[in-house]
Amino acid sequence: MKENQDPLEQAVSNDYKYGFVTDIDTDTIAKGLNEDVIRLISHKKNEPEWMLEWRLKAYAYWLTMVEPEWANIKYPTIDYQDIIYYAAPKPKKQLNSLDEVDPELLSTFEKLGISLSEQKRLSGVAVDVVMDSVSIATSFKEQLAEIGVIFCSISEAIQLHPELVKKHLGSIVPMTDNYFAALNSAVFTDGSFCYIPKGVRCPMELSTYFRINTENAGQFERTLIVAEDESYVSYLEGCTAPMRDENQLHAAVVELIAMEKAEIKYSTVQNWYPGDKEGKGGIYNFVTKRGICKGDHSKISWTQVETGSAITWKYPSVILKGDYSIGEFYSVAFTNNHQQADTGTKMTHLGKNTRSRIVAKGISAGHSQNSYRGLVRASKQAINARNYSQCDSLLLGDKCGAHTFPYIEVKNKTAIVEHEATTSKIGEDQLFYCRQRGIDPEAAVALIVNGFAKEVMNQLPMEFAIEAQKLLTISMEGSVG
Amino acid sequence: MIDLTYLNDRFEHLQQVSADDGIAGVRKNSFDSFSKTGLPTYRTEDWKYTSIGNLFDQSFEQAGHTVSLADLEALRMPGHHKANELVFVNGRFDAALSNFLSTDDELIVLSLKDAAKGEYKDLVARYLNKSSEYMKDGVHALNGAFIEEGVFVHIHKGKTPQHPLYIYHILDGRAHPVMAQPRGLIYIDKNSRLQLTETYVTLGVSDSFCNGVLEVVVDQNAYVEYYKIQNDASNASQVSTTHITQIGRSYVHTVTVTLNGGVVRNNMNLVLDADGNETHLYGLYLLKGKTHADNHTMIDNRQPNCFSNQLYKGIADDFSTAVFNGKIMVQPDAQKTNSFQSNKNILLSDNATINTKPQLEIFADDVKCSHGCTVGQLDEEALFYLRARGIPKEKAEVLLLQAYAADVLTHIKPMAIRAYVEKLIYEHLSIV
Repeated sequence: MKENQDPLEQAVSNDYKYGFVTDIDTDTIAKGLNEDVIRLISHKKNEPEWMLEWRLKAYAYWLTMVEPEWANIKYPTIDYQDIIYYAAPKPKKQLNSLDEVDPELLSTFEKLGISLSEQKRLSGVAVDVVMDSVSIATSFKEQLAEIGVIFCSISEAIQLHPELVKKHLGSIVPMTDNYFAALNSAVFTDGSFCYIPKGVRCPMELSTYFRINTENAGQFERTLIVAEDESYVSYLEGCTAPMRDENQLHAAVVELIAMEKAEIKYSTVQNWYPGDKEGKGGIYNFVTKRGICKGDHSKISWTQVETGSAITWKYPSVILKGDYSIGEFYSVAFTNNHQQADTGTKMTHLGKNTRSRIVAKGISAGHSQNSYRGLVRASKQAINARNYSQCDSLLLGDKCGAHTFPYIEVKNKTAIVEHEATTSKIGEDQLFYCRQRGIDPEAAVALIVNGFAKEVMNQLPMEFAIEAQKLLTISMEGSVG
Repeated sequence: MIDLTYLNDRFEHLQQVSADDGIAGVRKNSFDSFSKTGLPTYRTEDWKYTSIGNLFDQSFEQAGHTVSLADLEALRMPGHHKANELVFVNGRFDAALSNFLSTDDELIVLSLKDAAKGEYKDLVARYLNKSSEYMKDGVHALNGAFIEEGVFVHIHKGKTPQHPLYIYHILDGRAHPVMAQPRGLIYIDKNSRLQLTETYVTLGVSDSFCNGVLEVVVDQNAYVEYYKIQNDASNASQVSTTHITQIGRSYVHTVTVTLNGGVVRNNMNLVLDADGNETHLYGLYLLKGKTHADNHTMIDNRQPNCFSNQLYKGIADDFSTAVFNGKIMVQPDAQKTNSFQSNKNILLSDNATINTKPQLEIFADDVKCSHGCTVGQLDEEALFYLRARGIPKEKAEVLLLQAYAADVLTHIKPMAIRAYVEKLIYEHLSIV
């Protein structure tokens, strides 16, 4: 590499490697949002009446709301009438096995590096693929069904398990929760549903892959995971999108429910298209994720690696309601070029002896802005609540910004809450140490950054850890410092 | 609810009677800004945890007062016989009660009006209400809109006044509730020093509310110590804004001690607008009863090579609420900034609340910034250690809390003031 080229400039010059468009027939509806569109979506999905009513109620509520402005991000006003709210790959026939999936589509996923067939054979991961909001195929469904685990698209769940969906949908993130949750409730087109019955330890990692393919399409998926008493599930979610000049909207809602002694581990690797070097295009990622530790001794753990999206706005949260419940949040957010991220978590301690741990690592490069925003609240009843939060920011370049906004609210004299945050750049001494040992500057920076993020990476399941590390290195490439 | 018609009339009246006092423009801008923003609500981010809207219900007219020298005598701080004393009564600078030992060649004290017209008019024009660039809320604007009898202090170039400056804010609540909006501007010229202590006292039993703004400008090679002591009655509320701008490479050291009061809000703003500034901020709040104390600090690093350190410690007991919000901003030019912040809290009661929000906003890469905050309790083992040696539980707790407070108190440099505050704290902690 050239000696005097600014390493960060080089990092910036890396292109989005997942920016291809898959050329398959999609079934789209006209742009715009009104009651008829919602009826059409509901009709296309063959939904029961109660679901339509629920959507319309959410829509009516959404109309009364205003877009929130408090986040530390800037973007042009979104025209909600200029978005396609339904885009599905045209089904040739009902799919029963992977072999019937459009080969074009399969090769898309191969390019993404998550070849279904290979994963199916080698790693035993059950994958539910969502392209442009509609579930394509779900592998391993039968094996899972044998032990009582339900893993299917949410539309299927509405058809097949209406009582479960009806009971839990919107119970954690009500449609009135916030602007984007209300929008999602009105127009969500697909997503995953996962139900782990009492006492079952899900034998494989459940995985979903989201991809926005159609131009101007918004992706509004809805995920609902219910873990009954003494069950365990690990759920993975990955996201990519092709390169487009326009900004695309992604407003998802994820709800997790952990009953007594249940554990849910939710991991995300988010690599939506971040826009080009001038900040043109890219995904607006406005997501509401929340879990509740409903039963005693339950545990919810969020792990996220955020490298994509023009704007990331999400706060995976945990409501610690059961006594002795545990909430965890591990996050790496990498922003480059003109990306903006405002992300963090909320830990609400309600039960006795509840514990939470937050580890957030932010890395900013280029002209990007990276914010951590978190809330830890210990209520009056939360006797012996314990929280530890750590957020570290690394700055790679003098045009980017790193910000932290931690809120701590304690109303209980037995609670112990700790928070610490640091911001710095890569130490000259660390770089020197590496270079002295013959490691070229680029590799040294990647090494140091990976070390910086390791605490979080370690939390990811194996299959994802490798991908996440690769992603981070790709984003970092050329960052000699 | 604040009566806007009344406010408007009152403002028009003030603008008429003092149309050409040189600060009518500042008042006009402030009032316009207030008209636009209004008073903050809990939806205003900076006022999320502190509600003050109802404090403005009182009359803005404070004609005449009956505070006598004997009243002042009773509330003077230790060391006063060697200090320059500056007295505000009901928010107005009172030259008769004030007393200056330093000579005019060291420092000069003028009413803001006089300063705005005389020799210092350029300084006043340049620096008065600079704080509004940072304080965009209606509370600050209201102070600006009603500047009447403010004060201007100039410490001359190269001078080190032998006598420290004490500022007393006396609110006379003996007859009826009182509201005051004192305003001050202090300019500390090159190579000079100032030691400044500010305190608040309400006379009588009526409610009082003081919405004060003090702006301090620190020039090159100047050295400033600033102490704020708040131990007023529990029906006395304050919003106290101290806006310090370091325009030359200089040193600033501040300690804020909050013990008693109704709703107490402190805004401590530091603008580091020169290469190589050094700033230390310390704070201590020991809250009981229903006191609500809110400490907002803001450090804006605008130039390279600045250093700042913050340590705020607090104890919340009974039904009290403690709020801390520490904002550190590092602008793109402020490379090589070192900025540290620590906020520690002890919660002693289930009916008390602690809300803390450290905040970093960083736009430069070659910086070292960190913040930490904790909320916890007294160390069980330390308590056990003391009790095992025959010290009763209550006394052991007071001892530990005193030790906890000592971390901050050691930064009060004048011995007279430190001993005074230590005594106040001991009394405060010992009352069960």
